[in-house]
Parts: sequence; C-alpha cells; structure tokens
Amino acid sequence: MASHGIRDKVAIVGMGCTQFGEHWDRSTDDLLIDASAEALGSAGVSLGDVDAFWLGTMGSGLSGLTLSRPLKIDHKPVTHVENYCATGSEAFRNACYAVASGAYDVVMAIGVEKLKDSGFSGLVVPSPANDGTSSNVTAPASFSFLAPAYAEKYGVDTQEMKDVMTRIAWKNHRNGALNPRAQFRKEVSKETIACSPLVAGPLGIFDCSGVSDGSAAAIIVRAEDAYKYTDRPIFVKALSFVAGPAAGPIDPSYDYTSFTEVVHSARDAYAQAGITNPRAELAMAEVHDCFTPTELVLMEDLGFAERGFGWKEVLAGTFDLDGELPVNPDGGLKSFGHPIGASGLRMLFECWLQLREEAGERQIASVAAGKTKALTHNLGGSPGACVSFVSVVGSELD
Amino acid sequence: MTGIVAYGAYLPYWRLQRTAITGMLGSGGGRGMRSVASYDEDSTSMAVEAGRVALRAAGPAYRAQSLWFATTTPGYLDKSNATTVHAALGLASSVGAFDAIGGIRSGLGAVAAASAHAGVAILSDVRTGRPGSAEESSGGDAAVALCFGDTDPIAVLAGRYQAVAEFTDRWRVPGEDYSRVWEDRFGEYAGLPLVQEAVAAALKESGWEPGDLDRIIITGLHARAVKAVPKACDLDPSKVVNDLTDTIGNTGAAHWALLLADVLDTATPGQRIAVIVLADGAEVSLWETTDALSAYQLRSLTNLRAAIAAGRDDLDYASFLTWRGFLDREPPRRPEPERPASPPSHRTSEWKYGLVGSRDETGFVHLPPARVSMGTGNIDQMEPVRMADIPARIATFTVDRLAYSLSPPVVAAIIDFDGGGRFQCELTDVDPEAVRIGGRVEMTFRRLYTTDGIHNYFWKARPTAAE
Repeated sequence: MASHGIRDKVAIVGMGCTQFGEHWDRSTDDLLIDASAEALGSAGVSLGDVDAFWLGTMGSGLSGLTLSRPLKIDHKPVTHVENYCATGSEAFRNACYAVASGAYDVVMAIGVEKLKDSGFSGLVVPSPANDGTSSNVTAPASFSFLAPAYAEKYGVDTQEMKDVMTRIAWKNHRNGALNPRAQFRKEVSKETIACSPLVAGPLGIFDCSGVSDGSAAAIIVRAEDAYKYTDRPIFVKALSFVAGPAAGPIDPSYDYTSFTEVVHSARDAYAQAGITNPRAELAMAEVHDCFTPTELVLMEDLGFAERGFGWKEVLAGTFDLDGELPVNPDGGLKSFGHPIGASGLRMLFECWLQLREEAGERQIASVAAGKTKALTHNLGGSPGACVSFVSVVGSELD
Repeated sequence: MTGIVAYGAYLPYWRLQRTAITGMLGSGGGRGMRSVASYDEDSTSMAVEAGRVALRAAGPAYRAQSLWFATTTPGYLDKSNATTVHAALGLASSVGAFDAIGGIRSGLGAVAAASAHAGVAILSDVRTGRPGSAEESSGGDAAVALCFGDTDPIAVLAGRYQAVAEFTDRWRVPGEDYSRVWEDRFGEYAGLPLVQEAVAAALKESGWEPGDLDRIIITGLHARAVKAVPKACDLDPSKVVNDLTDTIGNTGAAHWALLLADVLDTATPGQRIAVIVLADGAEVSLWETTDALSAYQLRSLTNLRAAIAAGRDDLDYASFLTWRGFLDREPPRRPEPERPASPPSHRTSEWKYGLVGSRDETGFVHLPPARVSMGTGNIDQMEPVRMADIPARIATFTVDRLAYSLSPPVVAAIIDFDGGGRFQCELTDVDPEAVRIGGRVEMTFRRLYTTDGIHNYFWKARPTAAE
C-alpha cells in the first residue's frame, strides 16, 4: 500500500471546542457557531478568510447546509462527511488533504453532534431498510465482547479485569476533573466505578463514555504559511485512516482481543511520522476510550504496551497524567464526553493545548521535557468490524 | 401403505407453576405446571422447531409433497404462516404450503390433508386466557409435526370417523386474545353423544373391538366432557393415557398429536391406538403401529418425557403476562427495533428463514452469505450451506442490559459453527449467569420482535440440550 503521508505539509493554526455535556439550552446551530467562532478567533481570521469547510456529523444534520445555514457561509464549498465515531477525524483528514493539494489556502474542519435531544439512553444509530437479521446489541454490548475474551486469552481473572477497567475509568475521570470543558468534572472513587449498575457484560455505567452534545473545530493552512497566523502552530505529521473488511464477526480466527484496523492505521501513521518507538517518542496520546476495555486493548494495538501486558501497565499507572505516557489527559471520551462528530477534533484540541503548554493544571510534564509529538486515535464501529484513524501532530517541523 | 413415517414434538423451555398465578392473584391457578412459549416464540416459530425435528428423523430421502400448518393462534391473517414455516424448513417451492387456522378442528383437517397427500402436518398452539381464568392455567404451548408417506410408515390409520355438530360452547372473536366459554355441563351434554357415535363408527370401520385398544388418547378443551368419555363409550380407563395436563397443560389444536407423539415414543410394533378429539363434535382416529417403529425409535429426535423433565419451571407470572401481552411494562429508554423491510427480507429469504450461508472454494463459510470471498476476493464463487442444524460453540459473549427486549437482558454471543462459520446472534432459553466461553449451542428459529405488525422471524442460538 502506498501511503506517502503529508508530513509537515499542513498545520493547525487555530482551534475551538465547546464545553461538552447536556446542552439543553443550545442547538446544533449554537454549538457550530460557538466552536467555529472560537477557532476563527484563535487563528485570527474571519469567516470570509476560510476557503472551504469540512463538516463532520453522524446524525445531527445532512449536507453542507447544516453548517452554511447557521454560519451564513457565502457560497463556499462545504463538505459533509460521516465515518461513524471517527467522523470528526475524517473531516479533519480531508480538510488537510485539500490544503496539501494546493486547492485552498485556509480551510476549516468542524465536527458536531447533538445526542441529548433524542431522549434515548446511549447512542442511536439509524440504519437503512434491512431484513432484520443483524444483531441488535447496543454499543456497550458489542465492545464488552472484548473483556471476557482478553481475560481468557491472557489468564486475567474476573476481578483483576474489573480492576483494570475501573482504573482506566478512574484515571480518565481524574483527568477530566481538571478540564473546564469536560462533561464530567469530578473525580470518581474506584469503589463507585466498580459498583456502578451493569450496562453490558462486566461494563458498568462508569465504564461507558458520556453521551453528550458538543462541537470542535480547527483552522488548517499550508505549513509554510503557519507562522503568519500563530507563533506556535501544530504541524500534521501523519494521517492514517483504514476501514477493515469487517472480518471479525464472520472469521473464527478473530479473537476479540485486538482491533486489526487500529494495528494497520497505527503502523501506517508511525511510518509517515518516522516514529519507531511510540511509547518513548510521544509526549501524549488521545485515544478512543468509548468503553474501558477499548482503551486497554488500544494500549497494545497502538504499541504502547506489549501484547498481553497492557493490563499490567494500566495498573502500574504508565498511562496516568504523570505517568510515562499520559493517555487521555483531557479526560477522554469517558469524562470529556462523546458527541460523535466532534470527538476526533476534540482529541486534536487537547494536543493543541498540551503541545503549546496551554493545558493549565493538567499540563503534562513531557512537553517541557522536550517531547514535541502527540497522537490521536479515533475509531468507529465495533470490535472486528471498524474504521480506525490515527494522527500524529507535532509542535516542531522535522 | 400411507402412514406416519416420522414425527417431531417441540415443547418450549419455560413452565409456569400454576401456584404462581394463585400467588399473585389470590385465586385461579391450581396444581402442576403449564408449558409457556417464550417471549420470542409464537405458533409459527414453534412449528418450525417441531418440523425440523420431524424432517431430520424422516431422513434425507423423505420428500414432503405438501405442508399443512394448523393453529388457533396464527401470527398473521391474509398472509400465510405456512410459507414462513416452509421457508425455515428449506422446502422446495414446488411443495405446497397451506394454513388451517382458527378452530381446534383445523388440526384435524391439516392431518387429514397431509395423510392423503404424503405431506407434513404441523399443529402448533399458544394458549392464552384472561388472567385468573381456568383457560389460562389449564392451557399449554407446544407444536407437533407429523410426516406422512408410503415408505416404512411407523403407524397406519385403521379407521377414522367424524361426528360434527354446531354448538357454541367456546368462542373467541378475531383480535381478542382469550376465549369465552359456556358452562361446561352444556359442553358435556352436547358433545358426548357425538363422541359415542364416532367411537362406535370408527371401531366398526376398523373391525376392532373396544378391548383391542392398547392406548387411548382423549383430548378436548372441556375437561369435564373429556373425563366422561371412557364411561360413556365403555372404554377401559386403564388404557387411557396421561393427558399431560398436570405437566404441560392442554395445548389446544396440537394436543392430541402431542399425546400421540408421547405414545409413539414408547409404543411397540402392532399396538392399537385410539385418538378421540372433542372439538365442535368429535373425531376418532384409530392407528396401528408397524414393525418399522422399532428402528424409527432408534433415530427419533423426539423424547417427550425428557423434554418435559428438562423444562425450566421457575417462570414468574409477571413475565408470563408480559410475554403474552397482558401486562404493558415500561421499556428501556431505547428506540423500538425497526420493522424488517419486505424487499430486503425477500432478497435474503434463504438466509433469513433458512439460515443458508455461503461457502467459498477454500471452505470458508460466510454468514450472512457474501458474494466476495473473504480469503480470495473471488466474486460469486460460492455454494450455499445450510447452518440451521449444525452445532456451534460460544467464542465470546455479553449480557446487554440496555438493548430493547420484551425479556431483558439480551444475551448475545459470537458463535463458531463446527466445521466453519462464525456468527453473532442472540442466545435464548438461557440463564445469563451460566453462559461461558466454549459453551455448546444449537440454532433455534424465533420471532425476534414485532414492529408495525411485521413479525421479525430469524434465528437465535440456545444451549445444547444434550450438554
């Protein structure tokens, strides 16, 4: 596969992100207006300076009009993209390629989701008319397949597995407590997490990401123009996106302890960015912790831990805010919340803040220590049948 | 000579203790148990289960010429239910499919037609009654399939007689989910003379004497009339078989066939069996078992006594009422499932109803069937493979407490079929606490849910009974 990447060809020069949460008082339009205005202000540009737009949303609107109507965009290209829970990352990726191609000078990638208006618990994914034969399990159930499979394969007993999941939730809530934009801004005790009502398999309510409303946006320009807008741009080092053949649910060789799509996209992204030891080279990572077992498996798929040892690293605190490789310093999907189309850009927003040392009381130490690269990982679908996105961004040109 | 060549009985997994009714309502109920179709079963899905067992026992050489489905509780009107059963059994399009619906007598007609046309008759019923009624507690749910043919019948008909009359001793208006009954002394008065007429005439036709009968089956929804038959007809009460009302309940249109299956499970060659059915009159049929019965019993997949013993008897009455639609309970805060759309269901009918997947040239099984091979990428180089009767093991599983279900929680599993093929599906008739990786399962045809009046029939897996 030829994947030449666009290392150091484009840069983020401004970002915005609303607070995530239950915004009973704000519409999809409001969220888009607020996130885009913050991003434009951050880059010091006006709406008229933006040549083209990529809007990511899974269910909060159709077509570019979802953005152009509330923002009053004056006859510009607005592309609506959707790629399940990786929708926000997909908007960003396509916006980057448009700039890298030379077609535009300044573009905006923006993601939004308004989940709380549905009135349902959890995520509701509309499907085309069908024959009624596909399994109707919910998202937490499909990801909960990971837990018993992982425990069985690596000889982790039920209580240890629960402890690992609990610690991931505890860490992300602890990080989110320091984040003014997070949906849940409170530390939660391990006892509360471990004893929360069961949702699916061993997953309690606290093992699931927050269902929320929110929006996040980025302004992207060519790397050579970046310093015209800010003295601390963030350069794109790698963008990788793969869709798998959805083999897991039909192939008996798949064992539900890995996301093969993540392994492929991580390998591709590291090659593009020139990273050989991600655990040592990265300052931090924002990963798709939709459910706690997902984050566990991702630690191995992204090469942060050896196969079968991720659970020990979690318990050892390797991925804590002050650990060797901070993972989800902003609280992750778990406590920041997961408005589908916005999440991928929210992850980049944390990289933007941390690499620029603007993360306040949750600022990680690795940036001051000289590490300049951060990773985002965003996936959509379910174990065995998903799409996976990995980006690497950095504060320095290589 | 045409006769029964194979049979299959299906009893649902659940039993309701009749004391559970008394416990909640303070009245009604009684002694013993009744069988209960699960929340995901109906007369159609149970008919498929009975039909599968019968056709497997009949063997690959057996070719049904027609399918006759009888019930008093059909899933659909206008639209055929027999065609659903037909599709799930994988029968050829040239095999006729007919519904015999409404009265208890429908089952008699279905069997008469099937026996005349080397067909399969499947009698299936889900019996309901108003909460606290005798109908509710004395009813039961079951399905029985009888395969007729010329080759090595195990039981042949020696005589049959109908005595039909019009009298209204029980009735149910279409759309209502329970029957009303006249006082039972009237049913006894109106019915018994017809039974006497039919018994005498059938015996005369066969040339048998009452004393020649080895086993006597007497069924009908009026217990009082049924009880009076031996004395009224001068039959030896010791030859009258247990009618299973204590352990299963009266399964309506299916009941006489269920008792016949029970008798055939243990009968010996050359035995003479009388079947007396009281329903808007009476029908008496006389059967004689043949030498082929002994060999058949070795390959039979029906063991009714074992199935009765294997049932789970701790169903709570509130669940029973909920499953039958008598108790409208708060659902989870989740959207109801979408109705299956007819065009895609038609395009995939071999998969949806027959559980037919596709196998590529390397042997890799694709479920659902695919056009492009996972391994080779070749297009349309597949052969169909029916998975319905292949056992499987659980690769991983979950208990979904959020998903919409009439009987939460939903238990879902990834299962790997013996010999290849992986599939994600729901488990049913299962204790969530007992599910484990490596557990053995088998497929079962179910009604997943009903939306906009469309029943979504498809397959689930259940723990293997033999385990």
